Amino acid sequence: MYTLHLNGHVRSIDVSPDTPLLWVLRDTLNMTGTKFGCGAALCGACTVHLDGVPVRSCSIPISAAAGKRVTTIEAIGESAVGRAVQKAWLALDVPQCGYCQSGQIMSATALLQSKASPSDEDIDAAMSGNICRCGTYNQIRAAIKNAAADLAGGQHR
Amino acid sequence: MNVVAPQSRRQFLKVSALAGGGLLIAIAVPAAGRFAEAAEATDTAAPFAPNAFLRITPDGRVTVVVGYSEMGQGVLTAVPMLVAEELDADWSMVHYEQAPSDPVYKNPIFGFQGTGGSTTVRASWQPMREAGATARAMLVAAAAQRWGAAPADCRTEAGRVLHTDGRSLGYGELANEAARQPVPAQVKLKDPQQFRILGQPHERLDTPVKIDGSGRFGIDVRVPGAYTAVLARPPVPGAKPVHWNADRARAMRGVKTVVEVPGGIAAVADGYWNAKKARDALEVKWDLGGNTAWSDQKIHEQFAANVEQPGVVARKVGDAPAVLGEKHDGRRLEAVYEVPYLAHACMEPMNATASVHADGIDIWGSVQAPGAIQQALSAAFHFKPEQIRVTTTLLGGGFGRRFGMDFIFDAAFVSKAIGAPVHVMYPREDDMRAQFYRPAALLKFSAVLDRQGQPVALRMNTACASIAKSASMPLRGGLDSFAVEGLTACPYRMPNLQIEWNESEPPYGVWFWRSVGHSQNIFFIEGIIDEMANAAGRDPYEYRRELLTQAPRYRNVLELAAEKAGWSTPPAPGRHRGIAVGESFGSYVAEVVEASVADDGSVKVHRVVCAVDCGRVVNPRIVERQMESAIVYGLSAALYGRISIEQGRVRESNFNDYPVLRMRETPTVEVHILPSTENPGGVGEPGLPPLAPALVNAIHAATGKRLRSLPIDPKSLKKA
Ligand code: FES
Ligand code: FES
Repeated sequence: MYTLHLNGHVRSIDVSPDTPLLWVLRDTLNMTGTKFGCGAALCGACTVHLDGVPVRSCSIPISAAAGKRVTTIEAIGESAVGRAVQKAWLALDVPQCGYCQSGQIMSATALLQSKASPSDEDIDAAMSGNICRCGTYNQIRAAIKNAAADLAGGQHR
Repeated sequence: MNVVAPQSRRQFLKVSALAGGGLLIAIAVPAAGRFAEAAEATDTAAPFAPNAFLRITPDGRVTVVVGYSEMGQGVLTAVPMLVAEELDADWSMVHYEQAPSDPVYKNPIFGFQGTGGSTTVRASWQPMREAGATARAMLVAAAAQRWGAAPADCRTEAGRVLHTDGRSLGYGELANEAARQPVPAQVKLKDPQQFRILGQPHERLDTPVKIDGSGRFGIDVRVPGAYTAVLARPPVPGAKPVHWNADRARAMRGVKTVVEVPGGIAAVADGYWNAKKARDALEVKWDLGGNTAWSDQKIHEQFAANVEQPGVVARKVGDAPAVLGEKHDGRRLEAVYEVPYLAHACMEPMNATASVHADGIDIWGSVQAPGAIQQALSAAFHFKPEQIRVTTTLLGGGFGRRFGMDFIFDAAFVSKAIGAPVHVMYPREDDMRAQFYRPAALLKFSAVLDRQGQPVALRMNTACASIAKSASMPLRGGLDSFAVEGLTACPYRMPNLQIEWNESEPPYGVWFWRSVGHSQNIFFIEGIIDEMANAAGRDPYEYRRELLTQAPRYRNVLELAAEKAGWSTPPAPGRHRGIAVGESFGSYVAEVVEASVADDGSVKVHRVVCAVDCGRVVNPRIVERQMESAIVYGLSAALYGRISIEQGRVRESNFNDYPVLRMRETPTVEVHILPSTENPGGVGEPGLPPLAPALVNAIHAATGKRLRSLPIDPKSLKKA
């Protein structure tokens, strides 16, 4: 039995210790917002926050996540930064197919939570682990800046 | 002004009252185009199936039911815009709904329900506007009846019928009465000058579900009682499983069973992780069969030998072989171009959920062709097509790959074998190796220029496998038009031109890949034209422009791209420009790439300027984004894309060895739309083909080196 502090709730899970957090979320807990893209920490589609840090959930076994705080796309809007990121994504119509966007939003939110006004280099560094096959990178960059400006304006508490 | 009589055009309207009140409009459209013949022969569906494109409920909500698949290209917004325009809907009240599988939703260009070939707007342009106009006429009739007024005294605007005397009624208030009005025999479509919704950069209707994790893709389908299966698949085409350790897999946690199906050996478990672990534990021994000697080298040698043979002639102007055989005092050019197999690498790996039961088959998933799935499964599993129900979800990328049915058949066979619903999942490695590739291809060209540098003759002979055959489509006169599209359209003034195709058959499966044959052929021809310009000592833009005097739509986008890129002024120091132009799917696109090449040969693309003429624009924001999307996709392929074959096996497995563009490598992209009153062209694919040639042309400008194969090899560009 493992325990997760998932989006503010305590969840107990009975799976084998090597089961990646991604599959606990998707298959055991039926939370499908977090996506599978590569299974090898190469694409970022599965990004969640573990104790506030963005991680690739496909490559974190449940035994390593147990007892920690996990935030997923389903709850990211509950934080001021996550809400601002989603708002910017909506305003700029970032997604195309949308499949990579949960991971993009999780990475972007983590970036803005640690750096209020990131430079282009900061954005490159934080976001280049997230692949988008629809090629929305320029819109993602613009939306991150838009969200940063919005947050700097103090609209979000 | 357009006046159409739906019935006279073999288009059948069906109108009915909704159970919950309101108006519902359905339309059946005839098949046309190159898929039609094959489709009509097998189309047993009733033309009057009661189904809907449009629903107006008493609360004023307008729901447009979209029969096309959303894979990022914006159909869930574009199709509702077409309906809403002629309906004069209040755009804020318009919603989409994904249609079920039903022949009423067939794509009139294909003859079956399916999305691809950048067809959605072209296929929907007339029928979806007619559906909106028909509903509008009936709403007007209902209002006129209620008021005892003449319909001519009524007009519509933003979801209301307005009388000249100032009275007005909302569509919702009229929905029930409208459903009882006779269907008009003719509807008048708007003059495009009157468009209020079309041509506007409306926000996508599907964005909200794509930013909070609530959007459902095929991989997110959860059917009660369903298992998850992962298959061990043949490592070499034609390999057969001889032995596997089913007992070991069955003993593992969460595993239900192991079954053999045509696609391989399936490990069936309670979820992906346990299924994949069980699959990996199967230790399948394969009889590898006769294909283990295949390699990139062997494929190259076969293609190179093929193009020395005369091929099927796809286009002939004058007599290029004869002219090329004569003596000339101008320049003579001859070279070989080559491109590798490419995987689509959709962000969502292939997967599907199936339930095979006594009454038929249910399929849920990210699919591009529900109509084709109905036909194929009904034949294979002996059901009527209507007993196959396909629920289309959002697609995590398509690019042609999800026209394939390998994953559908896997799911159906496993479900049948275990007697329960099952979700078949492809690990990324299975997806990468599934062999639905853009064909590898080689092209040899020979050309002569006159003393002024003008082309006199051009002969191009290409070798590749046939996509049409892979897709069970007929060849016409022995020709697969997919193999030569982009070549046969050659718009340049060419007194003698001959284009030939040699079918080549390495055993690796080929398939539709974003822009299909144009993806390699426009790379070939735009490289060749650049070589001609170089040989003539001319500016590559001016040279093209002069050869395009008879092709105004090409020339216009070429000029616009050059102007916006500042072609006449030098780029920033260290940067170099290349240009290319092409038509595909009815749209014309020119691109200027600005790139630099470092001493170690590494290539950086800084900026791409794109000009597009896609006819009338439904949503300019979607057009711009689709151009940019195709540019990024094309740049991934040009810089990195290669599926290679070693000892019969596919070498690549995941994004480590099949890299794709990431944010830090992404150039700025500027898209300029040429205003046009032509009928709409496609937009999902046409942005792709000019990218690779514009890039190699820029690299030539930078280094003097002419790259004739993809992906770009930085080693060959290294400063000595
Ligand atoms: S699925 Fe985890 S990084 Fe790709
Ligand atoms: S939006 Fe489709 S992969 Fe990013």
